[in-house]
Amino acid sequence: MDFFDRFAVPHPSFLIYASMVAIGLTVIAVLVGITYFKKWDYLWREWLTTVDHKRIGIMYLISALLMLFRGGVDAIMLRAQLAIPDNKLLESQHYNEVFSTHGVVMILFMAMPFIMFFFNFVVPLQIGARDVAFPRLNAISFWLFFMGAMLFNISFVIGGSPDAGWTSYFPLAGNDFSTSVGSNYYMIAIQIAGIGTLMTGINFITTIFKMRAPGMKLMQMPMFTWSALISNLIIVFAFPVLTVLLAMGTMDRLFDTKFFAIGDGGSDMLWANLFWVWGHPEVYILILPAFGLFSEIISTFARRNLYGYKSMVASMVVISAFSFFVWAHHFFTMGQGALANSFFSITTMAIAVPTGVKIFNWLFTLWKGKIEFTTPMLYAMHFLPLFTLGGVTGVMLAMSAADYQYHNTMFLVAHFHNVIIPGVVYAMLGGLTYYWPKMFGFMLNERIGKWTVWLMSIGFVLAFIPMYITGLDGQARRMYTYSEATGFGPLNMVAFIGAGIMAISFALLVYNIYYSVRYSPRNIGNDPWNARTLEWATHTPVPEYNFAVMPQVKSTEAFWDAKKNGHEIFKGKIEKIHMPNSSGLPFIMSCIFFVFGFSMIFSIWPLAIISLLGILGCLVYRSFEKDHGHYIPVEEIEETETKLRGAK
Amino acid sequence: MKELFPIKQVMGFVFSLILTAVALLVYFVDMSFTAGMTILLVTAFVQAGLQLVVFMHAGETEDKAAIYSNVYFGILVALVTIFGTLLIFVWDM
Repeated sequence: MDFFDRFAVPHPSFLIYASMVAIGLTVIAVLVGITYFKKWDYLWREWLTTVDHKRIGIMYLISALLMLFRGGVDAIMLRAQLAIPDNKLLESQHYNEVFSTHGVVMILFMAMPFIMFFFNFVVPLQIGARDVAFPRLNAISFWLFFMGAMLFNISFVIGGSPDAGWTSYFPLAGNDFSTSVGSNYYMIAIQIAGIGTLMTGINFITTIFKMRAPGMKLMQMPMFTWSALISNLIIVFAFPVLTVLLAMGTMDRLFDTKFFAIGDGGSDMLWANLFWVWGHPEVYILILPAFGLFSEIISTFARRNLYGYKSMVASMVVISAFSFFVWAHHFFTMGQGALANSFFSITTMAIAVPTGVKIFNWLFTLWKGKIEFTTPMLYAMHFLPLFTLGGVTGVMLAMSAADYQYHNTMFLVAHFHNVIIPGVVYAMLGGLTYYWPKMFGFMLNERIGKWTVWLMSIGFVLAFIPMYITGLDGQARRMYTYSEATGFGPLNMVAFIGAGIMAISFALLVYNIYYSVRYSPRNIGNDPWNARTLEWATHTPVPEYNFAVMPQVKSTEAFWDAKKNGHEIFKGKIEKIHMPNSSGLPFIMSCIFFVFGFSMIFSIWPLAIISLLGILGCLVYRSFEKDHGHYIPVEEIEETETKLRGAK
Repeated sequence: MKELFPIKQVMGFVFSLILTAVALLVYFVDMSFTAGMTILLVTAFVQAGLQLVVFMHAGETEDKAAIYSNVYFGILVALVTIFGTLLIFVWDM
């Protein structure tokens, strides 16, 4: 039985056993359900093997929403534990595991797939392309991300969760201090998902450079596409660092190398250094697409073209470069001297300038606009002040001397939640509401949507503003409890209530989806928001080939000019369309990757070698495979077009 | 016949062989660590640039500007990462 001992959870509790049972039952229920309703064939044909960017986007969205709720449950557990002094809800070990997984899940498995959803669904439509440059690679990207995420998520019921924080600093994450397989999960699951992300980066840079509609110059691209381009550029330059870092970490843990050891020529601080060489650009990978979405939303609902298009682009380019110059501000107190700290302090503060340019551009877009307060716009309006607050505390944290006070306190936790929630999460949910009709052909309910926004903002302010105060008073982050004498109790109770209100608002979002599926009207046309860019020029639902005739673009807001100024975007007649074939290979290869990752985590070498050979086999098969895609004949396109026009 | 002969590629191939030979000297000839590293770094970067331009045709399409700006950006990021790390760990620790 020795072999199976390794799969036991090192710190079991009732909650973990209950989750085991729940996960087992859910898996059985899903499998039985698919079999009972005879959906296997449909699932395989339409989803698992698809290379359609819209379908892949929707799968990213579903994964992101699932992970949002997993990370959200973690968050509620953390706040519940801290709600009262000397609480016994979670033990210290469980608290460590929960905050570690909360961070990883929210950043890498919620926010990343959420922006990937927008890249996939929106970018090809915005630039008038029929798919991404490498559709098969796109499917591999998604399935690798998905398998990485699933691998990470089973950690807490098989073998134990990572417990060294989402940053997984050595020496704590090394074999001496983290004896369970938790940190192996961290190294390998993120590695698999990260390879997928890197491929997405290359794919979308190529798509945006090479597949724009005829006439669309770079400086005429919609702002979201610009943000996607810059963000993918950062991915391509930042993610290799993560790949190398995780490979070195894996070798330290599995093969006893000494890269991050304290002695033997290793340096544990090198982990922190390289982690943030990737980690800081990563936050801009997340926030730039969010800025892009807010640009689209604000310009649509202020009924004005975006103010300062060129300065918006320039500020993003500057941010993308500067995002690589500031990483040391994450460890000002590590021991380097005043010169290094001053350098990174100044570069960090300098980033506030291009970000400020963007804030003012949005304000000037609103100025004298005919503002319409729809749900996406409400998200944007709550974003502006709340995000600015987070930015200001960021500048406070950027001062390296003062950072010795803020370092490792709840002040920092409040700051980064203050930029990530109003910045990224609001953009994701606002963008989701905005693009929902394009995906599914009906709108989300506006009344429930606005309740969601207000509850979320109220919950957010209650949950995180108190942390600024307790942080300045000295409450350390990642500490599982505190004594009553510290006086942190009441404010932490307020934060817990805030977290509860946020949970209610997320539940309301789910209810909104349910409600709108049942009651929302379906006759909304192709352009329900009266929007300005190309993605609204095609039919809803978007046909497989996106545009029957390739659009011709002459201006930044092609669709708006077509509606108001008589530009003709669809010239010429329908011709046969070349489309890529579906393939099961990405899914199969990613499943083998899952097995490979799992056997690496538990050091089951024979299985690891066999699955590695399987991966190589898939690559070889692909190299010799002849796949020329297929043509959609003119008659079929005309039939689809007539049907979609008639449905309006 | 002259137009058909790939003179640029042949010269590039010879030059990359020379660069490889020079780099090999570091192993066979006795020299200081600094001199060896300098030779390796210089030959490595010239070699990479040569491959990119001559054999991967970086400058021969209309995407020239995009390709070169990506390369320059990559170099900038690499240099900042390396010198920043040196600043933190060696020069100011």
